[in-house]
Amino acid sequence: MSELTLTVMRLGFLAVLWLFVIVAIQVIRSDLFGTKVNPRPSRRGASATAAGGAPTQAAGRPAPAPAATPAAAPTQPGGGRRRGGPTQLVVVQGSLAGTTVALQGQTITLGRAHDSTIVLDDDYASSRHARIYPDQTGQWTVEDLGSTNGTYLDRQRLTAPTPLQPGMPIRIGRTVIELRK
Amino acid sequence: MSSYDLSEDTGRSGRRRATAGRVVPRRRDNTTISPQEAPNRRNTELALLLFAVLLPVLAYANVGLAMDSKLPAGMLGYGLGMGALALVAHLLVRRFAPYADPLMLPIATLLNGLGVVMIWRLDKAGKLLSGNFPAAQNQLMWSGLGIAGFIAVMVFLKDHRVLQRYTYISMVVALVLLAAPAFFPARAEDFGAKIWIRVGSFSIQPGEFAKIILTVFFAGYLMVKRDALALASRRFMGLYLPRGRDLGPIVVIWLLSLLILIFENDLGTSFLFFGLFVVMLYVATERTSWILFGLLMSVGGAVLVASTASHVKIRINAWLDPMAAFAPKPPPGATEQIGQSLMALGSGGVTGSGLGQGRSWLINFAAKSDFILGSFGEELGLTGMMAIFLLYGLLIQRGLRTAIAARDPFGKLFAVGLASAMALQVFVVAGGVTGLIPLTGMTMPFLAQGGSSVVANWALVAILLKISDSARRPGVEPTPATEGPGGPAR
Repeated sequence: MSELTLTVMRLGFLAVLWLFVIVAIQVIRSDLFGTKVNPRPSRRGASATAAGGAPTQAAGRPAPAPAATPAAAPTQPGGGRRRGGPTQLVVVQGSLAGTTVALQGQTITLGRAHDSTIVLDDDYASSRHARIYPDQTGQWTVEDLGSTNGTYLDRQRLTAPTPLQPGMPIRIGRTVIELRK
Repeated sequence: MSSYDLSEDTGRSGRRRATAGRVVPRRRDNTTISPQEAPNRRNTELALLLFAVLLPVLAYANVGLAMDSKLPAGMLGYGLGMGALALVAHLLVRRFAPYADPLMLPIATLLNGLGVVMIWRLDKAGKLLSGNFPAAQNQLMWSGLGIAGFIAVMVFLKDHRVLQRYTYISMVVALVLLAAPAFFPARAEDFGAKIWIRVGSFSIQPGEFAKIILTVFFAGYLMVKRDALALASRRFMGLYLPRGRDLGPIVVIWLLSLLILIFENDLGTSFLFFGLFVVMLYVATERTSWILFGLLMSVGGAVLVASTASHVKIRINAWLDPMAAFAPKPPPGATEQIGQSLMALGSGGVTGSGLGQGRSWLINFAAKSDFILGSFGEELGLTGMMAIFLLYGLLIQRGLRTAIAARDPFGKLFAVGLASAMALQVFVVAGGVTGLIPLTGMTMPFLAQGGSSVVANWALVAILLKISDSARRPGVEPTPATEGPGGPAR
């Protein structure tokens, strides 16, 4: 083998090795810039679609399908009603911050009990603290399940099942949860 | 829902403009920020896996051309074999962990492949002074077994939380595994370390498996006890001093790791276990004082053992003066290994000598196992070493990322434990080979020759993939509890 070939091969191999590393880092880029910015619907006249939830329709979608939804979906005029309802529940504060649960028409239970949908690791949470569920009209509702320290919606302690709007903070101990589109 | 996927997944490159990193909101108060939900990334994994199989094949061709001026005969078979194994692993991930992290399997495959090629290359260097039995075939067989173990974990471990039930059983199993080698007769070629169990010509290194099993115990134990460990403490000079009875477990683990060190002469494993426990304790309790205690105790233990055990003293002397063995009158017990590996790294320079063109056989018997990094450093240079370290870094980062994303506390601690076990092992080996810390006899995960290590690390990656699948899975998954999932409470 000529010296030149060997040198080219040596540098070429290093280049390809680094290419792998760079491709791998590209793949995890979503972790580094892992947030998306959503326009608030209420100031854009889209509020008409915000309230009327059609989450039960969303339940019919297969799980991987959301990947195909473009970011700008909420602002698209032709988006239709089913884009208006909240599609996920996000923990925005507390030890579980960043956890999301897709809303697919199922009841979501919150508490320290380990069979809860969201297991709250929070000293101020009861074992069965609250639940979030769609009522008969499909409107997402939050209900306190007789917790010790209470469930707060916008600083108001819940006493009865209360309808939820996207973006309203639900506070349980140190954990804050929101519905998101 | 998630809009942020790289175009590799959907093939719609036009979407890239919508990716989050580039959208700048004009009016901040008018926007909300939400985290991206991880999409199914299996196609990305497949593409990367193809890359990860082709790279070692390229390395293989490279070695063959450099050493024999022709393509090695087994190149096609080797590539196909490795590719088939990787493909089977990928298909099972697709079936059993569809939302798992896309990077871990390709990186593990690449490191394993590179390791096999380097071992094969050292086999070919007939000038290896002693014990140059062909090891590449063996390593390939163990890699196959490792992937079989990977598949077994994928298929049979439905939910990592099941392991939580075996907290104390796993403690006992790990202790038995750790203690077992002490009862087997020492052999001359083990150089004082008693870390193998031998049955006939077959030998396993139980410490590698104990690493995973002990992590199960630590995660299960700390999950239950962490409130007591974190909250019941007195404040003293800005530090939280734990109570005596909470300090108990850390002292027991400390004594245990010292005992391993004394009876089995295994510096690396004892450091790994103690470090692992301190890391997990810190993650579980968020108390800096544990790290302080851990550091103090490990320094104390190291000084204690170094001043008594002769084996460890030799290691430390070799670390303080690696070139002493080359002196005209070397001190008694001096080993030349660290000096040799430093020379190998130095002669590699920035871009290395090229695969198959180094003189790695000059690092004597351990060139394929503990010192394989020295061989890589010589033939790939600093550039290649950095790439390899970055690959390990990415693998560990994916493990820690999995821990962050995991929803259950046991999964979090377990993933942190597995990732930091690998991190500590890489640090201990790389630090030893480069002369940063005293050399310990441990294997570089995936790269180095050693059956138990390869099998254990494949199992480790499989468990991490399972945890990451449950962490990234969109929607709600049923819990293994007895009651119906997601139903109204009470």
